[in-house]
Amino acid sequence: MLESALVVELLKLLAAGMLLVSFAMLATRRIQRLISLFAWQGAILFLSTLLVAHDAGLTELYFSAALTLALKVVALPLILHKLVRRLDAQQDSERLVHIPATMLAGLVLVILAFGLAQPISQLATTILRHTIGVALAVILLSFLMMITRRKAVSQVIGFLAMENGLFFAATSATYGMPMVIELGIALDLLVAVYILGIFFFQIREQFDSLDLHHMESLKEE
Amino acid sequence: MSAMAIVWQFVEVALAIALAPLFTGWIAQCRAWMQNRSAPPLTQPYRMLRKLFHKEAVLAEDASLLFRAAPYVLFGAMALAAAIIPSIVTDLPFARAADAIALIGLFATARVCQSLAAMDLGTAFGTMGARREMMIGFLAEPAILMVFFNAFLLFGTTTLTGVVDGSAAHPSLIDPGAIFAAIGFVMVLLAENARIPIDNPATHLELTMIHEAMVLEYSARHLALIEWASSLKLFNYATIGIALFLPWGIATHGASVGAVFLALAALLVKLAACGAVLALIESLSAKLRLFRAPEFLAMAFLIAVLGLLVHLLMGANACA
Repeated sequence: MLESALVVELLKLLAAGMLLVSFAMLATRRIQRLISLFAWQGAILFLSTLLVAHDAGLTELYFSAALTLALKVVALPLILHKLVRRLDAQQDSERLVHIPATMLAGLVLVILAFGLAQPISQLATTILRHTIGVALAVILLSFLMMITRRKAVSQVIGFLAMENGLFFAATSATYGMPMVIELGIALDLLVAVYILGIFFFQIREQFDSLDLHHMESLKEE
Repeated sequence: MSAMAIVWQFVEVALAIALAPLFTGWIAQCRAWMQNRSAPPLTQPYRMLRKLFHKEAVLAEDASLLFRAAPYVLFGAMALAAAIIPSIVTDLPFARAADAIALIGLFATARVCQSLAAMDLGTAFGTMGARREMMIGFLAEPAILMVFFNAFLLFGTTTLTGVVDGSAAHPSLIDPGAIFAAIGFVMVLLAENARIPIDNPATHLELTMIHEAMVLEYSARHLALIEWASSLKLFNYATIGIALFLPWGIATHGASVGAVFLALAALLVKLAACGAVLALIESLSAKLRLFRAPEFLAMAFLIAVLGLLVHLLMGANACA
């Protein structure tokens, strides 16, 4: 019992760390730092999944934790780093909307997420039920990041971070999804990053930059 | 309150005043090591103070009483602040008179006094520095208040000694909001003490200087007191941070003499670690443009508010 209480405390701490990383992602300008923050988010996800797996004694969750480690901490950041290097976009920085304003919007989203999660967490029986709000907040913050960013690479990272949030929500509400679905999602993500990588090259060829606002006008001149 | 408590009170203040230049020297040394420079000796700040105290003070013709009094007020305010912060013992007679909100008021008094003195002579640099300092100050104050509220909510008290006592009574408590509060606090500490992302006291570049611009007109013993007061301020902030986030080892009420010496050793170790971390942060970051400073401090405020939210929403486990 005592050990379980400690695990809950640690999980809350990890959830708070996850929220913090999401806010840091919202506030960074550099693309490379964004990628390493994404890797950190994956690492926190891996640790919390591992803890839940240990506490609930579910072998399935060990597998999904390993999958998280392989895919979200190692593979995807590596691919993204390579992509950014090949696109020669290391120095790209975003001209963001006023950062404190974005953070304030994020704060409102966090309150909203906790409000929304309240009824769900009363129904859930897992040890992570207090952190469903955090998972929802991470999803909403990733949405916000995709809205406020203009560069294609950062929008894709926002998309991937959203998947992190969904995964976290799944582990906190119901001890994760069935293995088949998780494998499918993992494969989808990998393929999505490859396809979006091809898109990046196409976009750059067309407009000489990765700024997506060029795509807002449909007519050519 | 016993006679012993009063003795420890004075020992603590004397220790803070004596150790503050050493702490500054330690940070400078760590920074030099990390940047591959040959480090100045640890005692460099003391030598600086000695040199300044032996010089003849020069005052401008137009200097008023305010200008002369400011260094003493500054030093007095910082020494009083050191009396309120529990760095080695929590049984402090002074701490009962003022809680942490009054402590912030004390820091604000010192800041206003210094800014007014900087404007007193009417030089361009002094006025500019004073205005910038007030801008940083009014942004940093709400942030540090929010950081304090994080700890206050957890333990249901508004005194720092109460927080330390509370965390000694519940050593296993991990508050998820505390990481947010700690990050917010470090950001405020850097801004308030003229450290690198906001200000760089080592340069005298007119476009960037804040703290140095205010003290340009001072010399000799006045300058020595101001320098001493600013290192004492940094020391105070470090001990506040230790009391809030790393309170292990601080001797609580009714502790024996041995426990107090143990607390002193713990304090020295923690200060050394804090200094090294501060030096690391300073070496890794570049100085921000002045116009980015509000953004930096707004982030500190928001992070601290986020800590409060996380604490309140994620199943608060308060133990007031």
